[in-house]
Amino acid sequence: MTEVPISWYLTLSAVLFVLGVAGFVFRRSVITVFMSIELMLNAVNLSFVTFSYQLKQVNGHLFAFFVMVVAAAEAAVGLAIILTVFKNRETLNIDDVDSMKN
Amino acid sequence: MGSFIVITLIKVVVVFAVMLTTLAYLQWVERKVIAHIQVRPGPYRVGPHGLLQPVADIIKLITKEDLIPPYVNKPLYLAAPFIAMTMALLPIVVIPFGPAIDVAGYRTWMQLTDLNIGVLFVLAVASMGVYGIALAGWSSNNKYALLGGLRSSAQMISYELPLSLAIAAPLLISNTLSLRELVERQQGSMLEWNILHGPFPQVLSFLIFLIAGFAETNRVPFDLPEAENELVAGFHVEYSSMKFASFFMAEYANMITVSSMATLLFLGGWVAPWPARYGSSLVPVGIFAGAGVVALYHGMHPGHRRDRRTLPVFGVVFLGIAAFFLLPMVQAWLLPSFWFCVKTGSVLFTFMWVRGTLPRFRYDQLMGFTWKFLFPIAVLNLLATGFLVAWLG
Amino acid sequence: MVLAIFLIFAFIAVVCAINVVVQTHPISSAISLVGVMVSLAVLYLQLGAEFIAAAQVIVYAGAIMVLFVFVIMLLNAGAEVKHGRSLTAQLLGAPLLVALLGLLAYFVERLYPRSASVHFGGFTHGTPLDIGRALFTTYLLPFEATSILILIGIVGAIVLARKEMD
Repeated sequence: MTEVPISWYLTLSAVLFVLGVAGFVFRRSVITVFMSIELMLNAVNLSFVTFSYQLKQVNGHLFAFFVMVVAAAEAAVGLAIILTVFKNRETLNIDDVDSMKN
Repeated sequence: MGSFIVITLIKVVVVFAVMLTTLAYLQWVERKVIAHIQVRPGPYRVGPHGLLQPVADIIKLITKEDLIPPYVNKPLYLAAPFIAMTMALLPIVVIPFGPAIDVAGYRTWMQLTDLNIGVLFVLAVASMGVYGIALAGWSSNNKYALLGGLRSSAQMISYELPLSLAIAAPLLISNTLSLRELVERQQGSMLEWNILHGPFPQVLSFLIFLIAGFAETNRVPFDLPEAENELVAGFHVEYSSMKFASFFMAEYANMITVSSMATLLFLGGWVAPWPARYGSSLVPVGIFAGAGVVALYHGMHPGHRRDRRTLPVFGVVFLGIAAFFLLPMVQAWLLPSFWFCVKTGSVLFTFMWVRGTLPRFRYDQLMGFTWKFLFPIAVLNLLATGFLVAWLG
Repeated sequence: MVLAIFLIFAFIAVVCAINVVVQTHPISSAISLVGVMVSLAVLYLQLGAEFIAAAQVIVYAGAIMVLFVFVIMLLNAGAEVKHGRSLTAQLLGAPLLVALLGLLAYFVERLYPRSASVHFGGFTHGTPLDIGRALFTTYLLPFEATSILILIGIVGAIVLARKEMD
């Protein structure tokens, strides 16, 4: 067959999303956690664009566009926060930033 | 379908052969131009007027010892020149050199492919080119390389902003992102070129594009990150032989891309300055015939003794090319390529002229220049263009 | 042909995504994430989303990930050191994730039977013209709101990351 079923794209999106969740939950370096969040956002973008193809409307593309824009703003602010935390705590391990723990 | 593949393969081979030869000889042209600006002869000994100098340089670079320092991050160290070179060579795929022509019965465009997002493709490939330099600086495990790589990448992404805004302004006038249609909408005469046409002549956009183009390709006056006497040559200090040559070739290929985009967006691409029925097809004949006559004249009264043999040969070659331009069967594809090369060559000459003339910016001056001056001017330019296009239709 | 392109780039995307999660050094994870984004851009082209594909490469792979790479280089983040891993979290978490993936894949297969399929040219309204038209008419309010959001992001990032004036 020369055509790809839509469900394959959605399955790929699910696989990437689950990999993003795995990175978010299991990794300890804050930058890798952040990159897993970006991976999850990309997976969601893929499913938005796939649904837009299936429903033959352009609205899914617009949603993906806004997700990209918000991800850019979030990355900028998040990395600035990471820089500040690193300046104060000298560590990038999220387990070591626990001074407010009981 | 089969003929399409064969024709495309032939086009790919032709375009890349011409591109790689141009890359090698662009370096010769640059060295000659800068030499003559500095009142010295430039490469002169290797072949007639140094024309075999690029061949000698290529042989030297290939046969140099190719070492990999033991303290580098090997995968990234080896991948960085590949990324830089690939992203530098990709944009030539969408650049149109002429209109549709008939070759042996098949009608084809003088362009490898036309994307309806051609301008965005070139911008995308340019933003991916930053990785080659950043990874080269990081993987070399050397503080000078790291500083040079970070500075160079920060400069490139900062100047992408005025570049994109300067590209957006003529797109408001031409209403298309496809490079083929962009040139077709500037057909006619010189008054139809985007730089002179429309409710707001795009002179300011052209200047902003050129300045941002200088910074994107790390050329003088913005070449602090790779200057030889600062930062010990910057991000490519740990590279030798062919990997160093690929960074060099990537820089020249980026220059060619920026000049081609300036030609397509602002100067009308492959369109002649005035229509062919008023004699613009005789301009190349005149130029080459004049060059041939001058070369023959200087061949008879040479300044150096070896010119007595080489200059008359050049003269005859130029006169032959001038006669070649008169043949009607080649004019369909030769004239548009000629005009495209003349315009791109003028912009490239401007690049080299500026390199020979201006001193370089300090890094904080460079970044202050883009964020505090060039970016607001680009935004105001886009606003003015948009307002005038909406008001005057 | 469409199938070949999908399989190749989906494979590259999944391999690079696994690499993002598995690699210890952040810079390898960052480069693998760039690989994921570029292969997703090719898949967007297959779905007729040409503007989104270009925006993905320009914005996501060419700007956001460059920002990540800069921060990793500036912080000189080394390879992650494993210590104090909670074994119960791993023993419980991994099967649950696999169960989540299985559930999602099962529902996808049930809801979208094989009749709908993707081929080049199946959706031609992803051009910049259509996106621009929708962006400035239907989605004008989200557009303006995200513009202000980015402005807030810029100001916040500059304030957070500047040096303290003594």
